Amino acid sequence: MSRPSDAISADFEPSSAGPENPRLGPVEWLRWAWRQLTSMRTALLLLLALAIAAVPGSLIPQESADPNGVIAWKQSNPGLLGVANFLQLFDVYTSVWFSAIYLLLFISLVGCVVPRVVHHLEALRAAPPRTPSRLGRLPAYRMVELSGDADRALEQGEAMLRRRRYRVQRYGSSISAERGYLRETGNLLFHTGLVGILVSVFVGGGFTFTGQRVVAEGQTFVNEQQAYDSISTGRFFGDASLQPYSLTLNRLTVKYETQNLNALGEPLDYTADVTTKVPGQAAKHQVLKVNEPLTIGATQVYLLGNGYAASFTIRDAKGKVVYGGTVPFRPQDADNTSLGVVKAFSADPKPIGMIGFLYPTAQKLKTGALTSVFPDLDNPVLTFNVYTGSLGTGPQNVYTLDTTGMTQVAGPPTSVKGIQLSPSKPTATLPDGLGTVHLDGISRFAALDIHHDPSQGWVAGFVIITVAGLITSLLVPRRRLWLRVTEEDGTMRLEYAGLARGDDPALDRAVAEFADEHLHLLEADPGPRERVPAGV
Amino acid sequence: MVNPLDQLSVMLLLSAMGLYAVAFVAFALDLARRSSEAQALADAAAAQTGTATAVAGMGGTATLVAAPPKAPATARPSRRTAARVAITMLTIGWALHLGADVLRGVAAGRVPWGNMYEFSMTATLLIVGIYLLALTRVDLKFLGAVISGLVLVLLGIATVGFRVAVSPLPPALQSYWLVIHVFVAILGTSFLTLAAALSAVQLVQARRERALAGGRSADRVRLLATFPTATRLENLAYRVSIVGFILWTFTLIAGAIWADHAWGRYWGWDTKEVWTFIIWVIYAGYLHARATRGWRGNGSGWLNLIGYAAVLFNFGIVNVFFHGLHAYSGLTS
Repeated sequence: MSRPSDAISADFEPSSAGPENPRLGPVEWLRWAWRQLTSMRTALLLLLALAIAAVPGSLIPQESADPNGVIAWKQSNPGLLGVANFLQLFDVYTSVWFSAIYLLLFISLVGCVVPRVVHHLEALRAAPPRTPSRLGRLPAYRMVELSGDADRALEQGEAMLRRRRYRVQRYGSSISAERGYLRETGNLLFHTGLVGILVSVFVGGGFTFTGQRVVAEGQTFVNEQQAYDSISTGRFFGDASLQPYSLTLNRLTVKYETQNLNALGEPLDYTADVTTKVPGQAAKHQVLKVNEPLTIGATQVYLLGNGYAASFTIRDAKGKVVYGGTVPFRPQDADNTSLGVVKAFSADPKPIGMIGFLYPTAQKLKTGALTSVFPDLDNPVLTFNVYTGSLGTGPQNVYTLDTTGMTQVAGPPTSVKGIQLSPSKPTATLPDGLGTVHLDGISRFAALDIHHDPSQGWVAGFVIITVAGLITSLLVPRRRLWLRVTEEDGTMRLEYAGLARGDDPALDRAVAEFADEHLHLLEADPGPRERVPAGV
Repeated sequence: MVNPLDQLSVMLLLSAMGLYAVAFVAFALDLARRSSEAQALADAAAAQTGTATAVAGMGGTATLVAAPPKAPATARPSRRTAARVAITMLTIGWALHLGADVLRGVAAGRVPWGNMYEFSMTATLLIVGIYLLALTRVDLKFLGAVISGLVLVLLGIATVGFRVAVSPLPPALQSYWLVIHVFVAILGTSFLTLAAALSAVQLVQARRERALAGGRSADRVRLLATFPTATRLENLAYRVSIVGFILWTFTLIAGAIWADHAWGRYWGWDTKEVWTFIIWVIYAGYLHARATRGWRGNGSGWLNLIGYAAVLFNFGIVNVFFHGLHAYSGLTS
C-alpha cells in the first residue's frame, strides 16, 4: 500500500532486489521486514487472509452472537471440543489469530499511509512535473500543425486549463498541468478513516454496557446494576455510569395476522406503551417499538422480545399466602406455547416448585395432550407439574427449576394428573394437601435490552470520512495534460498529450476536448501576428 | 388464498422469462455467427498484412490519434439481425419483468424486496436494466448470452425454490431501512454481477491471448477474436465493480445503522454480517490487486470472480441454511 492504491505507473514500484545480496545487519533486516509488511502485496495477502479467517465464525456458533448455539454445538461435537477451544472457535472475532491478522493489516496500512501523506502534502504544494521530451509516447496524444503565434497559443492553453481547475506550470515552450489531487486525498482519508473506526471501537468498547431485563406489564424497572437480569460492561465502566431513571411498562400490544391465510398468526406489530421518569424531570409517556428504540439519558432501550407473564397466588396447607407474583413464560414455538416456573420458597412444610406450559390458544390433540394453535390469548390454558422439597439456596434462575432435591407430586410420569388452570377455572388444589394455587391473570412481558455506547458518534464520524474518501478516491480521475508548441519556418506544431494516474476512462476524451477547444480558441482569436495582413 | 395481483405478477414474470429465453437464443446465435466472422476476418488479415504496414507508414499526416484503430465495421447483416432481435426481446422482457415486480410490490403493499423471492426478482430486474443501460454507452453485446442466461437461471431458482405467497413483514423488518439497506444491496449485487461476467470473459480472452502470444493456435474459440482485448475487458470490469463496491460499502453501513436501531448494536458478527464483511474484504483485495505487480490481469480477474461467488453464497446459502438474525427468506425451515 505504499502508493496510490490504483497507481500503475512504474515510478512508484519499489525496486526489486539487485543482483548482489549484501550481508544484512539487524537494522537492515528490520528495515527489510518493515518494507515487506508495508508493501502492497503483503496488504493484499493480509486482506485475503482476513476474508478467509472470518469464515469459520459463520460456520460455528459464536459466543457473542449465539450462546445457545454454542451450547448445542458443544453437546453434539464432544470430540472436537478440545480443538475448538484451543483455536478459540467460539470467539473467532476476538481470537488471537484473527486479531493478529487485522492488527498486522492495520500496521501495514499505517506504515503505508504515513509516507504517502508526507509525499502527498509535498505534491499538493509542488508544481506539476516537467514536460516529458517525447509526448508522442504517452497513451493519449494528438498533434496539429498550423500557423500562428506560439506564445499566444501557450497562454491560451494555460488559461483554458486553469479554468478547468488544473494546476498549471509553464516550462519554456510547453505547459504541464495536473488535476485530481482529490483522488489521493480521498484515498488517504479512506485509509485513515478505517484506522479511526478501529481505534474508536477499541477505546469505546471499554466504556459500554449492555443489560437485559424482562419487564411484565405494570412492572417498573429502575436503571441500577442489580435490577438487570444480566449485564456485561466494558473495562472502564463503573456503577456510577448508570443514570438512575425508571421505566414502567404500562401495556404491550401485540397484533397477529388473522386475515391472510398464508401468514396466519405471524406477528404484525409489537408496541410497548411505557412511562419513563428521569430524576428531576416530569414523567413521560412514550412508545417503544421494535425498530424504534427509546433514548433515555445516555442509554438506548430496545424492545427485543416478548411473551406472556402469568400472576399466581399460592396458599400452603395452612391456607397462608406463600407466594404472590408474576412470572414470565418463555415462548417455545411460533404459536407461543410457553414455558414457565413458579417457586414458593416459604411454603410449609416444604417449598413448592411448579414447572409448566402456557397454551395461549389451547387445543386438545388426539393423544390428549394440549397444544397451542394460535399465538394470541384466545383460549389460554396452563398446565403444571408440581414438585416439593428443597429449592436450593444458591442464586435462582427464574426460567428453570432444579429438581435434584425435590420430589414430583403431580404430572407425568407420576400417577397424579398435573394441575390445569385457565381464566374460567383459575383455582386448583395441589395434591397431597399441599395447598392451592390461583391464577390471578395473564399479561405480557417485554424483554428489554439497554445499551450505552459512547463511541457510536466517533464511529459514525469516521465512517463518514471513510465513505467520502472511498468515493472520491475511486471516482475522481487524476490526470496530467501537456501542451507543447514548437515553431519551425512559420508553422506552429501543437502537441497535446495526457497521462492517467490510476484508472481514468475519460483520458482520451479529455485530451481530444482540450485540443479541440484550444484549436477553436486559436481560430477565433489567433493573436496579434495573424491580425496583421500579410504582404501590406 | 390467492392474491389476484400476485397471480398477474407471476404471469408477467413467466412471460418475461420466455422472452429472456428467446433473447438468450438470439444472443447465442450472434455468438455463433461471430465465430465464422472471426474466421473471415483472420483470412482477410492474412491477405492484407502487406498493406497494413503501408498504412502505418503514413503517420506524417496532420492529425494522429494515438487511440488504437477501430475494428473495421464488417459485421454481417445476419449477425446484426440476431443481436437486434436479442436486444429487442430483452427490452420487452424487461418491461414485463418490471410490471411483475411492481405488481408484486402493490400486492404486498410494500417494496418488493421483503423476502428472497422478491429480492431475486428485483435483483434480476436491475441486472437486465443495468445491462440494457450499459448497452447504450458501450458495446457489450458479446455479454448478452451470459447475462440473459444467468438471469434465466436465477429467476428459475427464484420461482421454483424461493417462491412464497404474499405475506406481511415481521416487525423486525418494518423500517424505512428495509427500503434503503436492501435496495442498495440489490443494486450493488447487480453491478457486481455485470463486473463478474466481464471478468469471466476477460479470463477466457486472456487465455486466448496467451495462446496466441505463445504461437499456438487459438482456433478453438474463434469468436473471441471479435471480443474486446483482455485489458479492455479488465478495465471495464474494474469500472463496473468500483460502482458495485461503493454500493456494497453503503449496504454494509446502512445495515449497521439498521442493526443498531433494531437489535441495539451496529455490529455483532451475525452470519450475514460476517459474509457481507467477507465480500467487502475480497473486493477491497480485488481493488488492491489491480495495483499490485503480478496480480493485475488474471489475478484480479479471479479475485473478482471469487468475490462474486461469495456474493452468491451469501444470498443463496447463508440466507437459507445458516443460523442467524437475517432470517427473512420467508421459507419455512
